[in-house]
Amino acid sequence: MKATVYVRPKAGIKDPQGEAVRGSLAKSGFDIVSVRIGRVVDVELETAEREKALAELEQMSHDLLANPLIESYEIELQEET
Amino acid sequence: MIERPKIAVITFLGSLDDHDAAWSLAAVDAEPQLVWHGESKLPKGTAAVVLPGGFSYGDYLRGGAIARFAPIMEAVTEFAAAGGLVLGICNGFQILCEARLLPGVLVRNASLSFVCRDVVLRVERTDTPFTSRCEPGQRLRIPIKHGFGNFTGSDELLAELEEKKQIVLRYHGENPNGSALNIAGVVNEAGNVMGMMPHPEHAVDPLLGSPDGALILASLADAARERSAALV
Repeated sequence: MKATVYVRPKAGIKDPQGEAVRGSLAKSGFDIVSVRIGRVVDVELETAEREKALAELEQMSHDLLANPLIESYEIELQEET
Repeated sequence: MIERPKIAVITFLGSLDDHDAAWSLAAVDAEPQLVWHGESKLPKGTAAVVLPGGFSYGDYLRGGAIARFAPIMEAVTEFAAAGGLVLGICNGFQILCEARLLPGVLVRNASLSFVCRDVVLRVERTDTPFTSRCEPGQRLRIPIKHGFGNFTGSDELLAELEEKKQIVLRYHGENPNGSALNIAGVVNEAGNVMGMMPHPEHAVDPLLGSPDGALILASLADAARERSAALV
């Protein structure tokens, strides 16, 4: 089963990387209000069970893929077609 | 003859300063023992543990995020929970935060740049096992070299750190990485685990630019020696 985990800096947490990119985009002439930079993690799991996959993804996101103190995460399970 | 307490220095994949840490601990009359990350136990008689600087696992995901799952970390966590002395330096500090042995988190420097130079620290507490040889308010010159040394946490956490006096070292003068409250080093609530971004192991001899780091490591050696004596 395939899934994607989106990790983002939490609201209120400073993102100096995003701020630097915003500055660069502004210099290039774009009207930018803000830029926030996160991470996309594509995961392929052995299991084909939806519930088991979600539980595993939740645990790995909380324990390793994101640091919940500063990052939020969103799990997207790709439905088998 | 002076008793040399055993201090374990953990080598993770990508640790850089494990040998410097071991050399410096020997210079302050401790008996350092390099311990491989794949071990599941600390050597018998270990009186303190040092997690050294470096770029464990290439800093993938976040500094310290992967090292925290190394087999030896279970033993280190147990050791800390039992009141054992643990000092994390730079990447070691990041590992302790990721392992939740210390509060807060270290994020990218506000400048986005890697910073490598001497900084001046102010000693806020001298009643810890890591600063007993310092004077209150003493200034220490110790080098930093990091890209992710910007300590941060929620407003509540930062207020709590102030209130419980867990901030042991602060940057004096210019803050090199944008850390909250100028934090350079913090201890856990019990006071037996400390993390610091500056590298005391690179400043144990005037020939290296400053001998001030030896005060931190010798304090740790003193405390470890006391604990060893108590164990016997």
